[in-house]
Amino acid sequence: MTAALGLAGCEFRIALRNRWVAIVIAMMALFALVLAAAGSAPTGALGADRLSVTVASLTSLAVYLVPLVALLMSFDAIAGEVERGTLPLLLTYPVSRGRVLLGKAAAHLATLAIAFAVGYGLAAGAAFAVDAEAARGLPALWRLFWSSLLLGAGFLGIGYALAAVARRPGAAAGLAIGLWLVAIVLYDLGLLAAVVADGGGAFTTDVFPWLLLANPADAFRLFNLASSEATAAAAGVGGAAAAIPAWQALLSITLWPLAAFALALQAFRKVTP
Amino acid sequence: MTHLILSRLTKTFGRETALDDVSLSVAPGERVALLGHNGAGKSTLMKIVLGLIPADAGRVEVLGAPPGSPQARAQVAYLPENAAFHPALTGEEQMGLYLRLRGQSPRDARPLLDRVGLGSAATRRIGTYSKGMRQRVGLAQALIGRPRLLILDEPTSGLDPVSRREFYAILDDLAADGAAILLSSHALTEVEARTDRIAILSRGVVVADDTLAGLRRNAALPTRMQIAARPGAADEVAEALQAGGRNGVTVDLVCAADEKLDRLGRIAALGPLVEDVEILPPSLKDIYDHYSRREAK
Repeated sequence: MTAALGLAGCEFRIALRNRWVAIVIAMMALFALVLAAAGSAPTGALGADRLSVTVASLTSLAVYLVPLVALLMSFDAIAGEVERGTLPLLLTYPVSRGRVLLGKAAAHLATLAIAFAVGYGLAAGAAFAVDAEAARGLPALWRLFWSSLLLGAGFLGIGYALAAVARRPGAAAGLAIGLWLVAIVLYDLGLLAAVVADGGGAFTTDVFPWLLLANPADAFRLFNLASSEATAAAAGVGGAAAAIPAWQALLSITLWPLAAFALALQAFRKVTP
Repeated sequence: MTHLILSRLTKTFGRETALDDVSLSVAPGERVALLGHNGAGKSTLMKIVLGLIPADAGRVEVLGAPPGSPQARAQVAYLPENAAFHPALTGEEQMGLYLRLRGQSPRDARPLLDRVGLGSAATRRIGTYSKGMRQRVGLAQALIGRPRLLILDEPTSGLDPVSRREFYAILDDLAADGAAILLSSHALTEVEARTDRIAILSRGVVVADDTLAGLRRNAALPTRMQIAARPGAADEVAEALQAGGRNGVTVDLVCAADEKLDRLGRIAALGPLVEDVEILPPSLKDIYDHYSRREAK
């Protein structure tokens, strides 16, 4: 385990020096503050405290931002080592490829955790500043934090798999952006179009919920909205969220990191330096 | 126990045969040089020994274990050709990582960097290092944890002559301690006196595997003699020795190794006509060319 820890330490140091940590934190902080400022409309009618409203806004933001940041951090992980020529030497050391991947993932997850803590913390601070009742939203904020980490872990794993398949950082970056576009943006648009075309038929009732669960980003959104009625009310999507139980969404965002890492390890094992 | 055994190793990449029926062994304390042109199969052979790529046929035994197995990897050190490291890490941090990967304390990084002469640059980022300095980091990491087999791919490329001598001095210490060393090079002049045995690879085939003296003997290349004649006597000397080339004062003579003494006797018999004799044994380059060309025919 000291091997994986050593790798994680070095990887985190590299992320610090490459400004990745700073970039990710700044990005999260900026968006969180903008959301906090934009969401200052009166919320009394919804019966929700300010922090819960903020969490609902952060959830919508995180769905886009977390996968993007995770993919951007991970594409360099394997492809970068191949490109720099540092991989052959590393693989002659008595450390398994699984450990190598684990070490990198630990460092990247730590980076994400810091960024989320700072970003969400700032947004929470803004909510507390204007609403004394904001403490009621703390459970939702905590849930958002750790589920964001799960979502991030899933996309880190997918990013490693892409990086191992692509071998070159340029190609891996392209694949990562393409995947983000498809999984996060086009997927939902496609589902929306299908639901509209279906007009409340079998697709909407039988297939649609499964397709939502299958996508970790959608599952993440569902989980956070379904878990907190106040949040759901604030976000105005209570109906859609209520159709799928929260535990199913949670299962999806828990299984995704495991599946993604298994996939990444599989792809990484095929890399011959 | 022999530290490294390769037996009838074959590896092809598509239609290209990288290694063809290669057998080679390295004993403890032995320094074996693997010579060959670019693309002769040296790096492929090394990567198979390290378990980075599989062989198509043949047997490899690394310290009694299969290549790439945890047991083998724990005792094998590797210095890649053009050793590369992450430019954002300092020499000390990079060494610290490698130490931890071998289960050692990262505090040993400094002494190791000192040993390869990088102590003063230890806290600088590797991105600012020269090629020679990176090569030294590569050597330093290969020294971690008293490895029993060292695989060094063109270790002295990028090193100046002084560094090269220091490098071989470190190898001598390792070999004296019982480590087996396999190093590759594309020039015989770089490895001559510092290795116990030389294996020459040509297009994936081992065309020679012997000591330098053995290679020299078996090649039986002609010896050249340069005879400095007294001024004006060059033609006379050339005629007496039935030699071909001459340029006024010196006469060139080429003879087989076993005729050397006979020829010298005849030169000595010319007495005052000759001022000096220079004997030029076949150069290392000649010997290497002899073996690497022989198979290419």
